[in-house]
Amino acid sequence: MGFRNIIGRRLGLGLVRRRKPFSTATCDGDGNGNAKSINLYSAINQALHIALETDNRAFVFGEDVSFGGVFRCTTGLADRFGKARVFNTPLCEQGIVGFGIGLAAMGNRAIAEIQFADYIYPAFDQIVNEAAKFRYRSGNQFNCGGLTIRAPYGAVGHGGHYHSQSPEAFFCHVPGIKVVIPRSPRQAKGLLLSCIRDPNPVVFFEPKWLYRLAVEEVPEHDYMLPLSEAEVIRQGSDITLVGWGAQLSVMEQACNEAEKDGISCELIDLKTLLPWDKETVEASVRKTGRVLISHEAPVTGGFGAEISASIVERCFLRLEAPVARVCGLDTPFPLVFEPFYMPTKNKILDAIKATVNY
Amino acid sequence: MALSHLAASASRSSSLLKPLSSALSLRRPISGDNSPLTVETSVPFTSHQCEAPSCSVETNPKELLTFFRDMALMRRMEIAADSLYKAKLIRGFCHLYDGQEAVAVGMEAAITKKDCIITAYRDHCTFVSRGGTLLEVFAELMGRQAGCSKGKGGSMHFYKKDSNFYGGHGIVGAQVPLGCGLAFAQKYSKDETVTFALYGDGAANQGQLFEALNISALWDLPAILVCENNHYGMGTAEWRAAKSPAYYKRGDYVPGLKVDGMDALAVKQACKFAKEHALKNGPIILEMDTYRYHGHSMSDPGSTYRTRDEISGVRQERDPIERIRKLILSHDLATEKELKDVEKEVRKEVDDAIAQAKESPMPEPSELFTNVYAKGLGVESFGADRKEVRATLP
Repeated sequence: MGFRNIIGRRLGLGLVRRRKPFSTATCDGDGNGNAKSINLYSAINQALHIALETDNRAFVFGEDVSFGGVFRCTTGLADRFGKARVFNTPLCEQGIVGFGIGLAAMGNRAIAEIQFADYIYPAFDQIVNEAAKFRYRSGNQFNCGGLTIRAPYGAVGHGGHYHSQSPEAFFCHVPGIKVVIPRSPRQAKGLLLSCIRDPNPVVFFEPKWLYRLAVEEVPEHDYMLPLSEAEVIRQGSDITLVGWGAQLSVMEQACNEAEKDGISCELIDLKTLLPWDKETVEASVRKTGRVLISHEAPVTGGFGAEISASIVERCFLRLEAPVARVCGLDTPFPLVFEPFYMPTKNKILDAIKATVNY
Repeated sequence: MALSHLAASASRSSSLLKPLSSALSLRRPISGDNSPLTVETSVPFTSHQCEAPSCSVETNPKELLTFFRDMALMRRMEIAADSLYKAKLIRGFCHLYDGQEAVAVGMEAAITKKDCIITAYRDHCTFVSRGGTLLEVFAELMGRQAGCSKGKGGSMHFYKKDSNFYGGHGIVGAQVPLGCGLAFAQKYSKDETVTFALYGDGAANQGQLFEALNISALWDLPAILVCENNHYGMGTAEWRAAKSPAYYKRGDYVPGLKVDGMDALAVKQACKFAKEHALKNGPIILEMDTYRYHGHSMSDPGSTYRTRDEISGVRQERDPIERIRKLILSHDLATEKELKDVEKEVRKEVDDAIAQAKESPMPEPSELFTNVYAKGLGVESFGADRKEVRATLP
């Protein structure tokens, strides 16, 4: 039992394995404190409660956050911390982020919510030109490190063009901000607390499909998970799979299927996309010699392209097969065609086999 | 509604027609006649930086009966869409317009199909008033090929090119600068047409709106910005989102008019006035004081941020269809039975259209790749399990 616990902790298994008796995260206060089985939006809610509790200059604002938000992530905050700290903004994303930058520049923790990641584009200028470059252009006199922007991203089954997008790649192209994406409730709470307390502006994308669907044991106390550290959530020796967010559960299913065919897959959760943990991925590729990246965003110019180029640069001679990418198609996120667009388990499985048999 | 005395010819013809219809006991085709009728709107216009138009609206029995029929059709259509959504035949997002029909119908009566209309996502009724058929509506809602956007757009993306209906936009406020661009093109072509760019009270706080206003005013564009103020931006009441909920005044140097948006005749008068104004003097803002009975979308019950009393109060006192009905009945333009027959007819039309739409097939899988770009890129994409034939982006 003890041995399995150690292995379990090293493996850091995620939500699909929740039946197993060992804990999931690698470095939280495991063993300590009570853990309750909750879903993703409750975990995020807990993180926000703790963030506002522990720092009385932390603020949460955005469209409709006061009553709890359209996904209930901000329930109870306004009642507990008051309207001066938890408040609604009008419908103006550019205004929300700009305002957040200013608030953060005065040393506060500004936690801004963009209701859907699809709506983040009016704020794109503020994030890229104002938030990301503030510290740099002021010679470190000012910074907006206290800014955290939270946005639900990703497909949800029926979201259509404007409620399903994954815009992470746009933001990974901006030095000066961090981009973080959790895969499960336990990860989300720890990562969100780290993001809020990180001295750099962070864009935190939450996989909306998992808000209710993902349920996990989450410790009730205050804990943080490190940023820019990828996690190997499944050990393997034949091929490395890299992903983040909701896509990981799809990849895990593909790995299980591949195992039946004797292919041993190593699955890595990147967690932080910018700056991303090249060392962990590289070490894994050096072990397996093959890599496959999967994300929901369209394949051309997606973040998989960056990972692919970096790995090829660093591990060219070790690679046994070309880097595979199984991603969304190069079309706008469709309405009725969503099942065709998505990088499904079968597409990933196919690509695993093609790569292994190259 | 305040009545004015009928023009002599109107009363004569209506009294002629009545005994005829009862004698033949046929359903008289509700076409009415074109003899002029003047009606006073009950709520006066409030204006900002301009002269308000008169409250006396010129109309005729035919128009009133058309208003009634069209609004009854729209109402029935939206209710049917509600049931289809609950039956999971419509998926995704569905934003219903019932309660606001007078804006669509009144606007259409004041303009031609050469004028452009562009709106946000609450667009089913605007599409119909621009000439869209019920089949196109239901098929698009259910994502079928017979839909106006070939099933690829869904509820939020209805378009009709031949009647200059530019849709159907998901991102709040994004359609307003587009509307100003349309207006510029119209001014350039000198074809004496205008653009109506519709948005809601939630979108009124978007920065791009003010950018669009400034540009339109600077270049004297024939753009009419219409704020359909149903008083709630999703669940947020207007006074909680806006320092100044007097949206018709927000243009500052751009004139504005506040209109009772539940009165189709007032809307018609205001739009007529606005079109004349825009062609001569540049942009103008119209604020339509209206109300939606449903929630923001089908995921919103609509009762957590407003009382049921409020909703039923508006339904009793300001419902646009009831107003026209009362007007028609008080002027003896049709009997109650005839109006009920119209409603039955309309219900049947809607049911037929739904049945027809259900038979329309889903779009071909290859449609996933069409119309991404204008011409082919030669990019390859795969089907669901990589076993299907590769598709090249057409």
